[in-house]
Amino acid sequence: MNVTRRQFLKVTAAGLGSSSLAMLGFSPQPALAEIRNFKLARTTETRNTCPYCSVSCGVLIYSLGDKSKNARAEIVHIEGDPDNPVNRGTLCPKGAGLLDMIHSANRLKHPEVREPGASEWKRITWDEALDRIARHMKADRDANFIKTNSDGVTVNRWNTTGFLASSAAGNEAGYLTHKVLRGLGVVTLDTQARI
Amino acid sequence: MTNHWVDIKNADLVLVMGGNAAEAHPCGFKWVVEAKASRKAKLVVVDPRFTRSAAVSDFYAPIRAGSDIAFLGGVIHYLLANDKIHHEYVKAFTNAAFLINDGFQFEDGLFSGYDAAKRKYDTATWQYQLDGQGFVKIDETLQNPNCVFQIMKRHYARYTPEVVSQVTGTPKADFLNICELIAETAAPNRTMTICYALGWTQHSVGSQNIRTMAMIQLLLGNMGMAGGGVNALRGHANVQGITDQCLYSEVLPGYLSAPADADKTREEYLAKRTPKPLRPNQMNFPQNFPKWHTSLMKAWYGSAAKVENGFCYDWLPKKDAAYDVLALFERMHQGKMNGFVCQGFNPLASVSHKAKVSAGLAKLKFLVVIDPLATETAEFWKDYGEFNPADPAAIQTEVFRLPSTCFAEQDGSFTNSGRVIQWHWKAADGPGEARSDLDIVGDLFARLRALYAKDGGAFPDPVLGLAWPYRIPRQPHPEEVAMEINGRALADVTDPKDPTKVLARAGEQLAGFAQLRDDGSTASGNWIYCGMWSQVGNLTARRDPADLTGLGQTLNWGFAWPANRRILYNRASCDLAGKPWDPSRAVIKWDGTKWGGNDIPDMRPDARPEEGVMPFIMNPEGVARLFAPERMVDGPLPEHYEPFETPLDGNPMHPNNPQAVSNPAARIYPGDLESFAKARDFPYVATTYRLVEHFHFWTKHSLLNAITQPQQFVEIGEELAREKGIANGDRVRVRSTRGQIVAVAVVTKRLRTLEVDGRKIHTVGMPIHWGFRGVTHPGYITNTLTPFVGDANSQTPEFKAFLVNIEKA
Amino acid sequence: MVWQSLDIRRRSATTTPMPQARESTEVAKLIDISQCIGCKACQVACMEWNDLRQEVGYCVGVYDNPPDLTAKAWTVMRFTELENDGRLEWLIRKDGCMHCQDPGCLKACPAPGAIVQYANGIVEFHQEHCIGCGYCLTGCPFNIPRLSDQDHKAYKCSLCSDRVAVGQVPACIKTCPTGALHFGSKEDMKEHAEQRIADLKSRGFTNAGLYDPPGVGGTHVMYVLQHADRPEWYAGLPQDPAINPLVEVWKGWTKPLAIGVMAAGVLASLIHYVMKGPNEISKETEKEVENETRPE
Repeated sequence: MNVTRRQFLKVTAAGLGSSSLAMLGFSPQPALAEIRNFKLARTTETRNTCPYCSVSCGVLIYSLGDKSKNARAEIVHIEGDPDNPVNRGTLCPKGAGLLDMIHSANRLKHPEVREPGASEWKRITWDEALDRIARHMKADRDANFIKTNSDGVTVNRWNTTGFLASSAAGNEAGYLTHKVLRGLGVVTLDTQARI
Repeated sequence: MTNHWVDIKNADLVLVMGGNAAEAHPCGFKWVVEAKASRKAKLVVVDPRFTRSAAVSDFYAPIRAGSDIAFLGGVIHYLLANDKIHHEYVKAFTNAAFLINDGFQFEDGLFSGYDAAKRKYDTATWQYQLDGQGFVKIDETLQNPNCVFQIMKRHYARYTPEVVSQVTGTPKADFLNICELIAETAAPNRTMTICYALGWTQHSVGSQNIRTMAMIQLLLGNMGMAGGGVNALRGHANVQGITDQCLYSEVLPGYLSAPADADKTREEYLAKRTPKPLRPNQMNFPQNFPKWHTSLMKAWYGSAAKVENGFCYDWLPKKDAAYDVLALFERMHQGKMNGFVCQGFNPLASVSHKAKVSAGLAKLKFLVVIDPLATETAEFWKDYGEFNPADPAAIQTEVFRLPSTCFAEQDGSFTNSGRVIQWHWKAADGPGEARSDLDIVGDLFARLRALYAKDGGAFPDPVLGLAWPYRIPRQPHPEEVAMEINGRALADVTDPKDPTKVLARAGEQLAGFAQLRDDGSTASGNWIYCGMWSQVGNLTARRDPADLTGLGQTLNWGFAWPANRRILYNRASCDLAGKPWDPSRAVIKWDGTKWGGNDIPDMRPDARPEEGVMPFIMNPEGVARLFAPERMVDGPLPEHYEPFETPLDGNPMHPNNPQAVSNPAARIYPGDLESFAKARDFPYVATTYRLVEHFHFWTKHSLLNAITQPQQFVEIGEELAREKGIANGDRVRVRSTRGQIVAVAVVTKRLRTLEVDGRKIHTVGMPIHWGFRGVTHPGYITNTLTPFVGDANSQTPEFKAFLVNIEKA
Repeated sequence: MVWQSLDIRRRSATTTPMPQARESTEVAKLIDISQCIGCKACQVACMEWNDLRQEVGYCVGVYDNPPDLTAKAWTVMRFTELENDGRLEWLIRKDGCMHCQDPGCLKACPAPGAIVQYANGIVEFHQEHCIGCGYCLTGCPFNIPRLSDQDHKAYKCSLCSDRVAVGQVPACIKTCPTGALHFGSKEDMKEHAEQRIADLKSRGFTNAGLYDPPGVGGTHVMYVLQHADRPEWYAGLPQDPAINPLVEVWKGWTKPLAIGVMAAGVLASLIHYVMKGPNEISKETEKEVENETRPE
């Protein structure tokens, strides 16, 4: 055994602070269970799907409150859905960290515009944002819509405003986006799924 | 995936190549681990890097980035030379016996029909020989020199183990060891599954990489089998669903090829897309194209779509050119675009050649970014110092940034890589004023339509006539839209065999695509999704995880397209008589009167085996194509071509033909060809990839993930580090012809120096996850370095193999 | 018999007998290194469940991040690139508290009730009783506990006692994508390990085995190792861990000596030491302890 003098002093000091108190007649605090409370006890559980890779793991989202009128749900924890046949309750480091993506400091909260040449964002209302965008789109469509090609074939296309669609949007948003774009005559569309 | 995640557990051999499942799909990878633990399966990993997948593999072999076809072509050669193929399967279920046009040739790296000026092939000589009835001629003996089997044998005879090793850098012994393991699965009761991902797609030969593997799986008889298939492990949670909704210029929902200028009338359009059977008795399922397309027109244009106006065929825009993402940014760069909308897509970070993308965005009049997070794209105009130098005053683009909700804040369905559509439920409201993508698109369209109704404008008919049956027009509900995608009967739909039998009453949800009609009596927004929301209700919300046969099919969990089928081509899991090749893993079988079993048969249920209806029902010939007479623009058989930025002097397979160095049919824009690097200036092969701790450019906004992988780094091998005097943890500068990045060096044994074509090849590995916004330390966008060229067929950019130089910063 | 027993088997610096009448099942976490891909899902799930967020660090030239255990990182992956027999192996070990049957930390701890061992085998720190002396660091043969810069208290993995107490498995176990982590009764875990070891032997890992070191009475966190004969290959996992001899020394003959000192009337200074002293020396102690116990 290799015990240095320094270690010896240290360990006797530790001994002094240890169970000697009891030997001298001090009664210890009651030995109660002091486990942290289970934090999900009466939270609301919602079934959802992880938005990252295409394993599409089932997740259970736990939120504070019981969805009563005055309670604003706040998501406090996410873990895997054990019923999902693919992930069976497991989650990878991305999925296990979903809480911090949902609550990221970099989530956008309001519509904004960066005016031409400006160096900062300006907060605007949804009405202003969507009206301005709709007017931009209509102006471009009306100016550049191609009804027929050089051979006189009806082509009804608009190819000066482009659209890149998300691979994170649901099927419903994707489908509706497609319907609207073709309805407008857009051919300049592509999606994240290509790359 | 032709199969699905859980099915991986049924494999005897798992090949991970062109992907890194452990890292990019850890929870799906559990089924690889399960196959190893429960079936004694082996895991083989082939990758330029010793990855996390390799860490738990039975065998790992290195390969030079961009040389996969050489490797896989060598596997084909090995299987043919050593007669390790599933003969009965190959003969019956593939086009091995089919005769090809006499004029077909492959010479000095080029297939017959090449036009060098246009960089295009005329495919006339790649076609089948037809008999008087329009059926393909075949030679059952497989001996005719023009039959696919012989052509294939000749083509891959060049891919000897020595050549494979010379081109790929994979040691010959390692290559042969892997060939032996793969060959074992030629036995009818052994299967291999392949898990690949963007490591194969992100090359200028991406589609052919995957075709080569599909050919191997066909030769081994592994398609349609439990534990087999060709499995693309896809990227995002709903990348499969968005692909199926086809937000691509060239296709309409359900992969219906979109009209082009040549398709002048509806009749011409339909005729071109409705093939005739190429062999007797085949299902030739695409013959139903008019039913799918007409039902889509009814879903989109409602009562305006009538027989008289060709179901509004002319309202659909016709395509005159390529409009894929590279083409879009090229147009933008040329100043041909005025507006641009990015919905949950961050192209500044995720498209190649950042400088070109940024310059393009600066030429727009307006840019709209819809995203839950603060993306780099939305701030391309803002000066972030070395990471994004910019002069806002000089950029006149008007930029809108709209906050959207994320998955947890909305209802709806996602489709996983195994084609299973699953419903999810909203847990909380989004932050601030964030709105769902559906609400944003709905509201924007409602405003546009109101403007057209009020002021008129260019061709307002489809804008005003678009069917919009949603109860709150500015807020279409996901349930309403999901029901529209599925489709419903507009008039009573009756049984063609018995017109008195009504299959669906007018107004009812349809039960499946067999009920679709081409007379306007049905509407369906996406035929392959038909059945997801039948009259029974929302089948995507089903949550019964029962797995009664232990194969992991879980047929009552969610809904898989098509028709809730979990394993595609499952007819091929049985022999010609309808008996499973492997009874212990029977997917379906012929029970004497019908097909059935542990999956929805991929076959007409009453097709007696003696009728000879073959399993690949989406091909007019009924069999799988070892040789592809159509659909591949760069050749009917895969051939090795170098990446556009190659570390070699030429293509070692065709050293004397400068036209055959890189994919001869890949699209190159003027200016880009000149920007491709030469090995003398940029000697190292670079490849970009994901790390398990991060998801693309999202999780750098998540503190938990930032903690586990906080700062940008690049990886290099020990030998290169020694040569360059770079120590672990040093800062290094990596340059390509398009720009530079600076990052921490991780020096590792996991990146080996390879011996390729007589020289040493070093690889520089670059994780992609950093940018100038996020809670990680700020970093450079790695796509600053990548080349602006894509796969000849899919135009997926070549992120996986290009050239750089590296030095201590 | 239950595994989520809250009964306390041992309590630091306490001689009052602990309840023993009820019978509990002993639990264990099994870490199968041969199935671990080092994805760090366990790290993230641990931080998420336990509400821990440490500062964003830096890349120091390896995948390990955070590079070491901290008061806010109770488990970390340690990556080792090993060339063995001409082939590369990437050994990835999830490091964290081993929950020793004979916990050196608890034995060394001078603060009553700051460290407890439950009847199911979980060893837990109760920070409200912790005086920050750092002796648990000396006592630990695995170099696990860390003192917080923020509150000068010692922290480590609790094996998610709050989850186990309600019949759930620890957060790391549940999340593990590949099933490299398992949790259950110690007996079941040993059985599962046997199957895994047989599989590894069939794949050529002739020295595969279970790491459940007897020097600390066995552990409630065990490893399946491909090379059980060389635990040190796994980022310095100790070959034959034992409680620091000095902790045993104290339990033996220094205790009466210390009593003697106290009887001589230095109680006041003792109390002062207990209440005030440790915070001042904790940094220094921590450094020394690290230097002394870091594996070569």
